[in-house]
Amino acid sequence: MKHLITPLDLSVHELDDLLALAGRIYRNKERYKKVCEGRKLASLFYEPSTRTRLSFEAAMMNLGGNVLGFSSADSSSVAKGESIADTIRVISYYADICAMRHPKEGAPLVASMYSGIPVINAGDGGHNHPTQTLTDLLTIKELKGDLNNLTIGVCGDLKFGRTVHSLINAMVRYKNIKFVMISPPELKIPDYLRRETLDAGNIPYTETSDFESVMPDLDILYMTRVQRERFFNEEDYIRLKDSFILDNNKLKNARKDMLILHPLPRVNEISTEVDSDPRAVYFKQAQYGVYLRMALIMKLLEIPDPYQKEELC
Amino acid sequence: MLNIGGLHEGVVIDHIKAGGAMQIYHYLNLEKIDSSVAIIKNAKSNKMGKKDIIKIEGPITVDLDLLAVLDDDITLNYIENDVIVKKRHPNLPETVTNIIKCKNPRCVTSSSSERGLAHTFKLTDRKHRIYRCIYCEQKFKGQL
Repeated sequence: MKHLITPLDLSVHELDDLLALAGRIYRNKERYKKVCEGRKLASLFYEPSTRTRLSFEAAMMNLGGNVLGFSSADSSSVAKGESIADTIRVISYYADICAMRHPKEGAPLVASMYSGIPVINAGDGGHNHPTQTLTDLLTIKELKGDLNNLTIGVCGDLKFGRTVHSLINAMVRYKNIKFVMISPPELKIPDYLRRETLDAGNIPYTETSDFESVMPDLDILYMTRVQRERFFNEEDYIRLKDSFILDNNKLKNARKDMLILHPLPRVNEISTEVDSDPRAVYFKQAQYGVYLRMALIMKLLEIPDPYQKEELC
Repeated sequence: MLNIGGLHEGVVIDHIKAGGAMQIYHYLNLEKIDSSVAIIKNAKSNKMGKKDIIKIEGPITVDLDLLAVLDDDITLNYIENDVIVKKRHPNLPETVTNIIKCKNPRCVTSSSSERGLAHTFKLTDRKHRIYRCIYCEQKFKGQL
């Protein structure tokens, strides 16, 4: 039995397979609407979430399965002090697969150690959020056609942003990947990521605070939010916040086929005027998230794709 | 020089960085074993200037390789019938359970509902003796 706890739990081969299935589902949604008939997803959300929880639930429903679960710790037996191990042992008798979000880092790993069903980490605090990373990869794969030979700009809070760290760790497994890190000096990527991932793998990267000058080089621009609470003083925040807001003016030198991604929720780091630009794919990205989760549920439940051979012929 | 009697059978943990003996004593939970334990602090050393030494009498039940997590330059001298029969440095264990406590307040091990959850660290960088919590990846670099 396999679980998905970190973005790197899948080999490149398994990942390619998963993304290919997600692509087939996306192109032939109707065909997959009964493949999980009679199966149940337990949606165990110990803290509030809008997109991720609904995306998982929509994914299972799209496959013809059912969903049960809770959407906050208050409405679960954790409020009575039940351990994760005990909860998952019991849930294993009620459902076929579970998606767990928990405020404590490592909680889904604990669940997977005691679970009788596959566990998907749907976000554990500021630690991992593997289905977001896989969604990012699916979006790039579907819209660029390939995950190799890309220059990826990551912008915003590169120090604390878990989505950026996971994306970097996932993309370095592909060929000819370059990164352009765009952030205020206070929010540069952490040293361990620079040392253990980028330098160790001889991955080319540049760091800059000048957003516009690097724009023409990018195939992908991955935006994240610069959060006020990350700054030591209000003055620095006010000085820097506008430098990292994407608007139509900053996009004028960008490539025509560049993609703008964002894990959402967007606050003000992408001006709403950008939403109508064909390069802005962050809402499409949320749509791909559902197909990615559908494919993941099928893979972890070991449900074969009834249409795979047909497409290959 | 202070004279401590030799061991008939047991282990001498030698070349401990001066001042580190008590940390090792607690780390190995030596207060819980029945054997005689001698701690020598600030002994003269040609190699180190000053060093600490711990002598443990009798058969050893504790995993002395755990010492490598703190300092892999430590020497373990195994004694049988008054003679050193083996001399080695401790080997870094791949995993360490319930020896290092995860200090990350966001880690699941800090949760009051997770009673009895083992604190497990995995070796991720042998060269720099870096361990990481298997749950939250919090780094631990042992040093005396």
